[in-house]
Amino acid sequence: MGEKHKPKLAVWKFGSCAGCQLALLNLEDELLEIAGAVEIAYFLEASRAAVKGPYDLSLAEGSITTPHDAERIREVRRTSRYLVAIGACATGGGIQALRNFADADDFVRTVYATPKYIETLAESMPVSDHVHVDFELRGCPVNGRQLLELTSAFLHGRRPNIPTYSLCIECKQRQIPCVMVSKGTACLGPVTQAGCGALCPAHNRGCYGCFGPMETPNPEALSEQWKRLGLRDEEIVRAYRGFTAAAEAFKKESEAREKQAIQS
Amino acid sequence: MSTHAGEKEIQTSTRLPALMVPHRFYVQKVKRETRDTYTLELQPQNTPGELRFAPGQFNMLYVFGVGEVPISISGDPARPDLLLHTVRAVGAVTKAICRLKPGGVLGVRGPFGAHWPVEEAAGADVIIVAGGIGLAPLRPVVYHILSGRERYGRVALLYGARNPDEIMYRRELSHWTERPEIDTHITVDKAEAGWEGNVGVVTTLIPKAEFDPQATVAIVCGPEIMMRFTVIELKKRGVSEEKIYISMERNMQCGTGSCGHCQIGPYFVCKDGPVFRFDLIQPFFGKREI
Amino acid sequence: MTGFPAKIGSRAVLERRNLQKLFDVLSTQGYRIIGPTVRDGVIAYGELSSVDDLPAGWTDEQEGAFYRLKKGEGNALFHYGTGPDSLKRFLYPPLVRLWKARREDSGFRIVEENDEPPKYAFIGVHPCDLHAVAIQDKVLMTGEYADPFYALRRRKVFVVAVNCVKAGGTCFCVSMKTGPKATAGFDLALTEILEEERHYLVAEIGSEAGASVLREIPHKEASASEQAAAEEAVAEAARRMGRVLDITGIRDLLYENLEHPFWDEAAHRCLTCGNCTMVCPTCFCTTVEDVTDLSGEVAARLRRWDSCFTGEFTYIHGGSVRASARSRYRQWLVHKLAAWLDQFGTLGCVGCGRCITWCPVGIDITAVARALREKKAAGLPAPAGTPEKQGDRHEHACR
Repeated sequence: MGEKHKPKLAVWKFGSCAGCQLALLNLEDELLEIAGAVEIAYFLEASRAAVKGPYDLSLAEGSITTPHDAERIREVRRTSRYLVAIGACATGGGIQALRNFADADDFVRTVYATPKYIETLAESMPVSDHVHVDFELRGCPVNGRQLLELTSAFLHGRRPNIPTYSLCIECKQRQIPCVMVSKGTACLGPVTQAGCGALCPAHNRGCYGCFGPMETPNPEALSEQWKRLGLRDEEIVRAYRGFTAAAEAFKKESEAREKQAIQS
Repeated sequence: MSTHAGEKEIQTSTRLPALMVPHRFYVQKVKRETRDTYTLELQPQNTPGELRFAPGQFNMLYVFGVGEVPISISGDPARPDLLLHTVRAVGAVTKAICRLKPGGVLGVRGPFGAHWPVEEAAGADVIIVAGGIGLAPLRPVVYHILSGRERYGRVALLYGARNPDEIMYRRELSHWTERPEIDTHITVDKAEAGWEGNVGVVTTLIPKAEFDPQATVAIVCGPEIMMRFTVIELKKRGVSEEKIYISMERNMQCGTGSCGHCQIGPYFVCKDGPVFRFDLIQPFFGKREI
Repeated sequence: MTGFPAKIGSRAVLERRNLQKLFDVLSTQGYRIIGPTVRDGVIAYGELSSVDDLPAGWTDEQEGAFYRLKKGEGNALFHYGTGPDSLKRFLYPPLVRLWKARREDSGFRIVEENDEPPKYAFIGVHPCDLHAVAIQDKVLMTGEYADPFYALRRRKVFVVAVNCVKAGGTCFCVSMKTGPKATAGFDLALTEILEEERHYLVAEIGSEAGASVLREIPHKEASASEQAAAEEAVAEAARRMGRVLDITGIRDLLYENLEHPFWDEAAHRCLTCGNCTMVCPTCFCTTVEDVTDLSGEVAARLRRWDSCFTGEFTYIHGGSVRASARSRYRQWLVHKLAAWLDQFGTLGCVGCGRCITWCPVGIDITAVARALREKKAAGLPAPAGTPEKQGDRHEHACR
């Protein structure tokens, strides 16, 4: 790099809790290093100083939930060489995508005294539904190590080592006994993408699916196993309607189970 | 430096076999072959060492900090002091390789893999069929044959490119076309204005080549579909499967048959291949998702 | 001690109360002792500091997708089935750094690293796992390219095997001829006997190193009745084996049915999660990650366990060769029970049952192999060739 200009980094927030931006800020040891390697041009969570685009690398957090968001993300895309969607909201619609399963207007009318001031889209959608993204970094929140790996890979023009396989591969490598097999705990690990380091199974809990569907998910087979473990369809629906409810594979499965729950 | 959450890699001693670590080579020269394909001339950085190889073998090429890819050797086996690789820029690593300038450094591991049957073919007719960049691992075969032309019967080189712009090694090809040693034919799938040569897939060239099917060794390299149809045509002409050799492409990482990625049935493509005698690979060749 | 000549092949008896001495001797010799211990609700290999870390009084119950830790008979130390991990974790760790390099003006330089790998003593290794090590030896230490990471660890190993006196619910070592009795690959092999008034171990000496360790532990020659008790305990385990896998002609059965519609059914339940490959003691596939630090001054190559169930595994420019669950499941099974034989002269399965127990949906390799055999015998749909193959009546000519 040396004398060459430092790549300009921008971090954008859409419909989200800002937790993924915090994951970036929480990289205390490496944050200075990042600041040394890139010019942090736009990152309101960290600094009010905003440098104009175009940007070399844009990280977009949050889902697209309003017409204004939809407009803004197009502008971000236009001014960014690389656009990376970060986190469950930006890559899968987030927890707020639960509204996709109901009528958004109903919610607006219930929550707001003057609904006419609220302008919202019917569905909370991932960034990729609106513009082309160069990479999607999953997680609720994103994993700091993966964020670093992504940044480092971007800076040096290599492919990031971000696996899309199941959480189980990571879980087993970390020597965690399977909670589903050894304790009968329902776990979304087999259909969820790796990346968090099998955080929940490491603490004796089943995976909540924060990283969204893995590359070739088979939720139907997993649900059948859950039924053998004694879960009811309603419980299965709830498990898939978490942080990545709008991700296609999870959405399809939760809808299928919902139908069965109604029938039974 | 692990990329995964909360883990630490285990280190070990440096008693690593030479084939496990990249050796530094200097880029001497870069020649642009087509829009996205370049030939690099490489020389070892430290030792005045040589990289002896047999036609059809490959190296793993590493760009510092970017990654490593398998690339077949496209130079002259009689010149082990000069390592040649022809690379098409399609992914992060190959693009980084193609961006290298003279003086740049590349890591090299190899050579790996089985080679073309240039010794077994002595005394027989040889038909070489290349599709696209598949010509690169076949060029060493041509060099080898030319260096001892009298040891072979009739030799034909059939080369198919997608379009005239995709033709590599132009100067050499036209040289070979003009000379009698090798019966060279070129075709393109799609012609453009000004192209006066053959148009059609490479198999359409097979009838143009003269050879004795009973005493011919066929050497075929290109996309799988092209190899499949070439084999069918060659068999129609009477060449038996034991005399046909193809080169397979799979995900190769270690080069030593231990990472497991490149398996096809019982074979590790990196170690048992990439060159296979067709009758041996046939039970697994062309099978969906094998 | 007695005049018993501790030599290879002879059998001695150790009283349970003297077993700590084995730990002491091995520690003194600089070994890190790895053995079964209760951890997170399973009996798994871990580092042991004394005999008290062994799972005394614990056992397990296993079925497809099911494992439960249970109270066992008395205070038996070694009455467990295989746990989720094998020796693979220690001899072929899930993540190693192959090398590290620094950027230099003229390119890069590989940084020398000189960490000595640990010296492991494994206690309580089941015969199936010994066979798995023997298979990994073939895969990783023979032939043109030996793996130095494996070899350095492997060569220093001391093994105290334990003959199985309790067959697990998912294992089938009798079918695979890998147990329940250890026949090779150990320094000492123990058979645990619990009697009303007595708790002892019959120890077979498997190597000179084993003999010399034994000489430092109070022991006596095993009597005929003690030996018979040990034989009977193992024979009983063999009779109670949970599963059967008929390996007659298994290689050809698989190769000849690569295109059988059966694979679609088999893959229907498969999650492509890769658990089976992670717990398998012989699966050896790895991937490399080329990484850099943020500055780009330091680069490294990491090697990580990989699985043939991932998409990246067969990725070449243009996509994955094996995109479907069907093809990945087939690859795994055909590799284990057919291709492995061609590659390494042995099957890749030792009958430990881990892939059955730890498959989250309990897919059973023995049931799958049996179903394929039965469908074949029943003359169900003939293997369907790919369209371009159908006209080509060339028989499969496997090596």
